[in-house]
Amino acid sequence: MELFLQAAVNGVVLGLVYALIALGLSFIWGVMDVVNLAHAEFLMLSMYATYWLWALGRIEPALAVPIVLPLFFVFGWLTYRLLIRHILRASTAAQIFATFGLLFVLRYSAFAAFGPNVYGIWQQGLGGSVSILGTFIATARLVAAGVALAAFGVLWLFLQRTKPGKALQAAAQDRTVALALGIPVERMFALAWGIGISSVALAGIALSPFYQVSPTIGDAFLLIAFASVVLGGFGRVDGALVGGLAIGLLESILGTLISPTFKLLFVFGIFVLMLLFRPEGLLGQAR
Amino acid sequence: MSRITRRRFLRYSGAGLASLALTDQLAAALAAQEGQVTVGAVYPLTGGLARIGVAIRQGIELAAEIVNSNMSDLTLPLAAGTGLPRLGSRPIRLVWADTRGDPATGRAEAERLIDRERVVALIGAYQSAVTATASLAAEAKGIPFLNPESSSPRLTDRGFKWFFRTGPHDITFTKLFFDMMEELKQRRGARISRIALLSEDTEFGATAAGVAKGYAEIHKYTIAANEYYTSPPSSLTAELLRIRAANPDAIIGANYLVDAVMIVRTLKEMRWFPQGFMVHAGFTTVPDFLSTVGRDGFYFLPRAPWALGMGKGKPLVSRVNELYKKKHGSDMDEVNARAFTGMLTLADAINRAGSTAPAAIAGALRETNIPGSQLIMPWQGIEFDNKGQNRHAAGVLTQILDNDYKVVWPFDVAESQLVWPVPPWDRR
Repeated sequence: MELFLQAAVNGVVLGLVYALIALGLSFIWGVMDVVNLAHAEFLMLSMYATYWLWALGRIEPALAVPIVLPLFFVFGWLTYRLLIRHILRASTAAQIFATFGLLFVLRYSAFAAFGPNVYGIWQQGLGGSVSILGTFIATARLVAAGVALAAFGVLWLFLQRTKPGKALQAAAQDRTVALALGIPVERMFALAWGIGISSVALAGIALSPFYQVSPTIGDAFLLIAFASVVLGGFGRVDGALVGGLAIGLLESILGTLISPTFKLLFVFGIFVLMLLFRPEGLLGQAR
Repeated sequence: MSRITRRRFLRYSGAGLASLALTDQLAAALAAQEGQVTVGAVYPLTGGLARIGVAIRQGIELAAEIVNSNMSDLTLPLAAGTGLPRLGSRPIRLVWADTRGDPATGRAEAERLIDRERVVALIGAYQSAVTATASLAAEAKGIPFLNPESSSPRLTDRGFKWFFRTGPHDITFTKLFFDMMEELKQRRGARISRIALLSEDTEFGATAAGVAKGYAEIHKYTIAANEYYTSPPSSLTAELLRIRAANPDAIIGANYLVDAVMIVRTLKEMRWFPQGFMVHAGFTTVPDFLSTVGRDGFYFLPRAPWALGMGKGKPLVSRVNELYKKKHGSDMDEVNARAFTGMLTLADAINRAGSTAPAAIAGALRETNIPGSQLIMPWQGIEFDNKGQNRHAAGVLTQILDNDYKVVWPFDVAESQLVWPVPPWDRR
């Protein structure tokens, strides 16, 4: 029972972190139907940014937020202006190749800049672990889970309660009508990229205190982010939350109780079943 | 401008090549006349591995120098007296060939050394893949091939008659962990019976785990848990939770650097640590590992083929290293220490053969019996089994103590006291 409880608590925390990583992917997907295969590379780069701020300037990850987020907002905006804009009306294959190419450019730029070495932050305010219901959970992970919930909340408020948020939704629903209503669709899309990329940068910052960075670290998260989005429901922001949580719990509970060797098998087995029997995802509505 | 016609170019280059070939032959003939014994060395001297290849070259040259000159104050084979005494004190001459780290080049170069340089034996070639092809050339032509430093277990499983390996392979490293635990039980009364394995799931980790299971069976340990994961992992909590629940006395890990960092952090979060945690690699990547995890990385037990710190328990190591350092300005490392030992082993066999006939040298190699006291390695000696593998090849266990990798086992060459059981997190 104690083992189950520990696995469940771990699963919730892990799931929220996965959800935060998937958030930006899901958001961009939802707004303009573009699958960003380079998503996890932005995660990797933001982890490097957080690491270097800490290593060179002793800036704690929490204080890195106001520096890294605007930087990655601009990064996302520019990615849209310089690359994505040109492939928006191209075939799905062209879109896949373009973002796949972006993945390699970003990954090998990191290789060139930082080498294959592994870096990690090891002295910061969030050391140690706290006890919940007799189980242990690292403070840094708990904070990351909290950040994830907050990020979902803020994005939800932005979309529902602000004018740009509503305009963004309109642009996502129908480009032509939105244009006719005077909504600057181009700018809305660039905004969506800025938000999507800065949210994955936030995930990178939240991961940094307990996860190390190397140029290929995106591999550990890209598939999981995709699975979260698909499991929760394509292109729905709350879908990423539900999907991420589901994967974290599945992985942690089945992995701990049955066999961790097969934890990804459990996750992707259910993923395949989902695609077969409920392709619209847990929260999606059949089209 | 250019006056060189095609015909003239061909004539000159033809003549040049012919004279080059002649000088080669001449040098080989001269060497034989002067009574030098020619040994071929095949290593990556240029390309990505050049730094290692050059260090190996310096180690092998030091070994040849010790044989050729009189250094009776060292207790190494053939250090006393000059040259090879049973061959009328003839000196050893080394001919070098560059593999560029490429298996095909390695084989071609080995063939060239055998055919053109008339080498009596070959030594090489660092990378397992190149050793595999270069030794193929030696096997085909009936020339002894001595390999000091490749670690693929398969090399000595090919049924070759002319292939010998002085150094350890990947399986022998696992044996170290069990030998150490056995000795801990006997000497210190440690209670170790349950082992957990935590491995990444490709060739490296799967082989290591398979071998560990075999040794556990021989020594009657229970495998309390055996977990694999895909590297890089997004999380190792499920794996380590299961391992903790199985309550093992010790863990053996085969992990990469990224995984190693995650293991340390997850264990700390769980506020749990077994009596001892022995590891193959990952934890030894200097300086990345410690600069990433800091003090939390202490007490792990990485294996190593050789460590300079052995010199505290074995003065011969420091003596040889001083000689090396005087020449090259840097310390010996685990690779060229193995190469150095390989070269001495080969010289010892040629001497005992009393002849430069390849068959006699191979026969002498098979009868090699160098005691551990005459080696700079942490081995009980050098004796080849019928596959050509040195049955005493082993390594040392280091422990990460005070930000350094200290040799802690075998106990007679240890520089620091082995900490076992490891103190819990809150008492570090």
